[in-house]
Amino acid sequence: MKFRRRRGDNTIPVQVEGNHKLEIVWTVIPIILLIILGVPTVQSVFGLSKDYSKDPDAVQVIVTSHQYWWEFEYPQFGIKTAQEMVIPTNAKIAIETKSGDVKHSFWIPALAGKIDSNAGANVNTMYFEAPKPGVYLGKCAELCGPSHALMDFKVKAVDEASFDRWIAALKEPVELPADPAVREAFVSKCLSCHAVGDQGGMIYPNLTGIGSRETVGGILVNTDDAKYANEGTVYENLKRWIEDPDKIKPGNGMGKVALTEQELDGIAKYLSELKLDY
Amino acid sequence: MTIKNRHSVFDCRRIFFLIGGLEAILIRIQLWKPLNNFVSADMFNELLTMHGTTMIFLAAMPLLFALMNAIIPLQIGARDVAFPFLNSLGFWTFLFGGLLLNVSWFTGGAPDAGWTSYVPLAGTTYSGDHGVDYYVIGLQIAGIGTLLGGINFMATIINMRAPGMSFMRMPMFTWTVFITSALILFAFPALTVGLAALMFDRLFDANFFNPANGGNTILWEHIFWIFGHPEVYILILPAFGIISEVVCTFSRKRLFGYSSMVFATMLIGFLGFMVWAHHMFTTGLGPVANALFSIATMLIAVPTGIKIFNWIFTMWGGSIRFTTASLFAIGFIPTFVMGGVTGVMLAAAPADFQYHDSYFVVAHFHYVIVGGLIMGIFAGLHYWWPKMFGRMLNETIGKITFVTFFIGFHMTFFVQHFLGLLGMPRRIWTYLDGLGFNGLNLISTIGAILMGIGTVAFLINIVITAAKPRNAADDPWEDGRTLEWAISSPAPEYNFAQTPLVRGYDALWKEKMDGNKGMTPAEPLGSIHMPSPSILPFIMSVGLFIAGFGFMYHNYYIGAAGLIIMFACMVIRSVKDDHGFHIEPDELQGKGVKA
Ligand code: HEC
Ligand SMILES: [Cu+2]
Repeated sequence: MKFRRRRGDNTIPVQVEGNHKLEIVWTVIPIILLIILGVPTVQSVFGLSKDYSKDPDAVQVIVTSHQYWWEFEYPQFGIKTAQEMVIPTNAKIAIETKSGDVKHSFWIPALAGKIDSNAGANVNTMYFEAPKPGVYLGKCAELCGPSHALMDFKVKAVDEASFDRWIAALKEPVELPADPAVREAFVSKCLSCHAVGDQGGMIYPNLTGIGSRETVGGILVNTDDAKYANEGTVYENLKRWIEDPDKIKPGNGMGKVALTEQELDGIAKYLSELKLDY
Repeated sequence: MTIKNRHSVFDCRRIFFLIGGLEAILIRIQLWKPLNNFVSADMFNELLTMHGTTMIFLAAMPLLFALMNAIIPLQIGARDVAFPFLNSLGFWTFLFGGLLLNVSWFTGGAPDAGWTSYVPLAGTTYSGDHGVDYYVIGLQIAGIGTLLGGINFMATIINMRAPGMSFMRMPMFTWTVFITSALILFAFPALTVGLAALMFDRLFDANFFNPANGGNTILWEHIFWIFGHPEVYILILPAFGIISEVVCTFSRKRLFGYSSMVFATMLIGFLGFMVWAHHMFTTGLGPVANALFSIATMLIAVPTGIKIFNWIFTMWGGSIRFTTASLFAIGFIPTFVMGGVTGVMLAAAPADFQYHDSYFVVAHFHYVIVGGLIMGIFAGLHYWWPKMFGRMLNETIGKITFVTFFIGFHMTFFVQHFLGLLGMPRRIWTYLDGLGFNGLNLISTIGAILMGIGTVAFLINIVITAAKPRNAADDPWEDGRTLEWAISSPAPEYNFAQTPLVRGYDALWKEKMDGNKGMTPAEPLGSIHMPSPSILPFIMSVGLFIAGFGFMYHNYYIGAAGLIIMFACMVIRSVKDDHGFHIEPDELQGKGVKA
């Protein structure tokens, strides 16, 4: 190595104070580079801030974050769902985010940047598009409590016709469990919080169509070919969730509901068959 | 318990660094595989909060302060800092604040809302236990220490320079500490105010940050980052200073572009206050704010680039010795450049919408804080160890420390950039399988363990060195350029028997080149005034500690008792005249009268 000092070398290198030409060069060149970088930055900051919330051609979705689940309301269609946001591939999606409790951050890594859902009245907007049909993973990006890591959701992009069918199907009335004991348990222990079709409460996740969703609770992935610890069939996942939600998502708002083995089984089965055709 | 605590107290700051490091290792063990259950979700949030808080407030800053305390008076030819009593008080408040924070582990749960403690998560509705109270009160007490330190260094550097040591002859490390002190002076009050407001929210049901009653949570974000961003520069500027000193000494060359270095440091300090909202691009401040803060942030790259080029050109044509200290300094440069490049990437708001709160950010700030600051501290410790303790650290173990730490560091954090780009959010307790995160996380964990080994090697080095005789030469690296190398190692209690006369930049080097044996004294040998040791700062800090506890548990008698202890000490200090003592010339015989 050229500059390495050999043992016993006592020569004293030239003591250079500086070099104005060089110093100007390495001040000016970065400034030029930054201007080149700065112009598109400013352009896209303004581009991304376009407001589609009044655009009738865009699909409006009001996203409300809760510890630890996501609520999706479609004001143009008068529907509300949870954990799985279905969107058409041919339109801009105009998002409005707010939070039901602490601050969260709405993020679909493969489709768009994130936007925080603030507590209080500071509502945020953003828009994105998903021209390719498919299922995309969404995440919460702001520390929001013990189960922050598990606050996932899915985005399902479908063609326009399917999207319309989905809207219609979500509005249809839903039959309650046929078995009277199961029905009684479901109505008294679950519908106090949840809704199916036009029955039950709307402040907790809407369970309509839960049998045909990609996941239960955003993280238990429904598949017939389970490879990982967080996968299983819809029925298995529902049963796992209802049996002890705290084990799946520590500190979540549902908590353990006391059910007999029979009720648990009946409800899980009933919910797993609650499918939407679209 | 002397007032000049610079040699004895080094240890507890290192202990906080070890606690923070241990927390980091536990975090990495939890994340080494998907859906791991090594620690619970609650515990994980406590670990990540305490890791960040400890490392920033209790390890990085105090370690820097320890170096500043030991070196700044020497570099400017002063006998001590301007306010020895304040200095000691600052140390003890920092220590008791840190203790208070860590007591939380044993009283039902450490703070768990992140080192940023964003509300409402950090408010009483969502963090009902006392964890965040410990954060608020512990940091408030420790913060007093930092503020006092900043004031003290500022006063010292302005007032206590030896004759001839004009501002533009100050060593680079002194310059950076000077600017850092100014930043502390302006940044820490913001933290104090924020913590006080949060404390009122938590302890007395105020509504600063409670939207239900008209408060605003984004206000906290602003206050926190108005402090938090300058804090980053408070940390990194002294590291820049250390690197400048080490690079010069071991290249046997003058710092290239000294005046542009000084100017760049000031500019970074100034711009550091203009960019806080780049931590809040996704909060929804609107395109105008995002665009302005993007551009302002990018501007910081210019003065930082100047520094990097100056270091490289200092080494260029130099006669370089590869000691442990210089290896850390040379390793610092490419590492910090990487942190800078990702910094510019993050500065572009639209791109930040993707990177923000992902592992990309985690990688970025560890590159600047660990790769920058901690490597700088390691360089500084190896470099100044003989001056502080009179013994040279073992070079072989030093090189082992460097190699394991450096490789471990890059293994841990380089891959985290890609984890972030793949969509892994930060601060997650676990991750699902099948997302492609597994391999990279495993590498990261192995790297963290290597860094741990590097740190242990350093500790072993300290222990082995402590058993050796104190025989370090005055100028052990032989190419010392600044005043501290003109006096004996370790520096005597009074630093300079005779205040030296400074005849140019790189004061000692100039004398060496002019063929002189040492510095020319600027005064005849006379009696030296020394401050007396005092136990009051210790008692005052104990008082604050007790008061903190009292208020936290709503026991106002204990709270008041603690405050009374503190005020009583202040009264004693004000009323009692203590003129210190003198060291007479005949006691100095033969000791360090080289100046
Ligand atoms: C106290 C109100 C409450 C009650 C009662 C309740 N739940 Fe829940 N449930 C919740 C909340 C809140 C969540 C969202 C939890 C999360 O993901 O953080 C949830 C989630 C679910 C989910 C997953 C939803 C999705 O979109 O993936 C299912 C399935 C579910 N509950 C079924 C039930 C059943 C069956 C019962 C009755 C045995 C029941 N719940 C009772 C509050 C409740
Ligand atoms: Cu969340």
